[in-house]
Amino acid sequence: MELLVAIAIGVMTAAGIYLVLRQRTFPAILGVALLSYAVNVFLFTSGRLALDMPPVLVGDEYATGTYADPLPQALVLTAIVISFGMTAVVVLMALGAYLSSRTDRSDIGGEAESEARP
Amino acid sequence: MSHWIIAPVLLPAIIAGLLVLSMRHHLGLQRVFSLGGAGVLVAIAMGLAAQAASGAVGVYELGGWPAPFGIVLVLDRLSALMVLLTTVLAVAVLLYAIGANWDARGAHFHALYHFQLMGILGAFLTGDLFNLFVFFEVLLIASYGLVIHAGGARRMRAGVQYVVYNLLGSTLFLFALGTLYGVTGTLNMADMAERVAAIPTEDTALLRVGAVLLLSVFAVKAAILPLHFWLPETYAAAPAPVAALFAIMTKVGAYAILRVDTLIFGPDVTATAGILSGLLLFTALITLAVGMIGILGADGLGRLAAFATVGSVGTLLAGLALFTPETTVAALYYTIHSTLAGALLFLVVDMVRERRGAAGDALVSAPPIAAGGMIAALWFGAAIATAGMPPLSGFVGKLLILDAVRGDDWMWLIWTVVLASSLLAILGLAQAGSQIFWKTTEPAQVAGDAPAEAPPPLALPAVAAFTLIGAIVGLTVFAAPVVAYLEATAGQLYDPSDYIAAVLGPEAPEIPPAPDGTGEGAPTASAAPQDEGGA
Repeated sequence: MELLVAIAIGVMTAAGIYLVLRQRTFPAILGVALLSYAVNVFLFTSGRLALDMPPVLVGDEYATGTYADPLPQALVLTAIVISFGMTAVVVLMALGAYLSSRTDRSDIGGEAESEARP
Repeated sequence: MSHWIIAPVLLPAIIAGLLVLSMRHHLGLQRVFSLGGAGVLVAIAMGLAAQAASGAVGVYELGGWPAPFGIVLVLDRLSALMVLLTTVLAVAVLLYAIGANWDARGAHFHALYHFQLMGILGAFLTGDLFNLFVFFEVLLIASYGLVIHAGGARRMRAGVQYVVYNLLGSTLFLFALGTLYGVTGTLNMADMAERVAAIPTEDTALLRVGAVLLLSVFAVKAAILPLHFWLPETYAAAPAPVAALFAIMTKVGAYAILRVDTLIFGPDVTATAGILSGLLLFTALITLAVGMIGILGADGLGRLAAFATVGSVGTLLAGLALFTPETTVAALYYTIHSTLAGALLFLVVDMVRERRGAAGDALVSAPPIAAGGMIAALWFGAAIATAGMPPLSGFVGKLLILDAVRGDDWMWLIWTVVLASSLLAILGLAQAGSQIFWKTTEPAQVAGDAPAEAPPPLALPAVAAFTLIGAIVGLTVFAAPVVAYLEATAGQLYDPSDYIAAVLGPEAPEIPPAPDGTGEGAPTASAAPQDEGGA
């Protein structure tokens, strides 16, 4: 279980970083999205992995330790909402930049500028 | 419990909502409400500063939840100072934006501006690490809108770079928070400070990772080398009032470094002692050198001002990095100064750019500009302040830093870099100024199309610039009382027991022993509110 989750987080992070380092905005946005998935899963694990356990205390779960930590779940929810909004913003801005400068390259200056000129 | 502590967060949020919902088509009304709101914020910030000056730490529990379980806002001398600085800067910059018509060149300038203020002020006031993340996101998402205000291809592309870079920074922030929560089981800064101190030294590998991750996130915000790449192009391309407001944004990063590395990973914490200050000192000095070399090498005034911002962050962090009360006083003084001077530089650059037509802010010969005498005088003032020459407060700030590091092992290095880079800055600023104001071409050349573009109004922009200069002069004249206040601030920072006691209550909270299995510190978060309810 721990191993599987760790591998998933690692693969997503590696793929995300690779994509972000590409020179065009579309792969970079995909990479940011992958990274945000990775960090959301990572936040879950920061409260320890607990299977089939309630996050709400009603009886003696606290004494026996058979409950899931509810705080990371709240954190992940916040992080998901924020990263969702941010992704929407960056897609719009990338689209605007592409439409106004006719190039998808994310670096500024040099050959990108000459390539952009009609 | 004083409710005023929440006001700097609540007021901009309400005003921004009002602006966007009920007066989106009335620029005049927007200006009145926006400026009025910023003025009220200054008054509130002064009240809060007076409250904090007594040395009491004010705590505001959101929703009435007691400290480690709910989110708290904390008002101490440092946060009150930063709030006051931000609001004063905000009023001056807003005056400029209105006077130079920047707010009319795109939609929702004032609403975004107030959301930005809300994020910055919230980041200064919060006492909870996850809440700090949320306020960072608030200020970032507003800044994304502001950076591309008034549009244009260059702004859009610089904006995309800026957004992607900061999204990566936010992701890193979450990784750091997850790591620290996994180790300590809390996100409240005061609570975390207590638990970090209680962790046995041999179990601190993950803690150190978390601390360094957190430092690198704040380094992205503060634009410390090698994480500064987003700054020069973004600031050069952003609208001038936005860039001027952003002068405080890098300081948010510096503030977060100071707060976290005195409160949580303080000099007494053996696990992280040495790592952070060691990393910080050398990167800060390189940042300083690169910023000042950038001033000398910039091909336009916008980039020059942006590199001046990078250099000023390097200077203040070089002061901060030793983490002693004396260096912190010096660094804080320089923080106030460099925020005002950086904003002033951006505003003056914009005055020049608006009047040079096709030449823009490029360092080439062009016809002399309208109202050149006064703008040149403003440039002279801004350049003196930026380079740190007498008689303005940049000189006092640098002197304080140089004096505070005397006796340190690295004194020779810090002195060399600070002094040599100041010389570079003077050269760069003098060269740019003489190129713009003296090496002009014949004005007759463009007489043909001169009537087409009347020079933009100068009255209100000049008021804004003189407000900032006045603030810098005031900072110089009243350097002694300011330094006395900062000494008290540093004393409070390096003795965090008051802060922790104020947040967590007078008696130490009972942390029940962690049961076996899931979670170590985490159970308290869910268990204790129940006890509260039952009591």
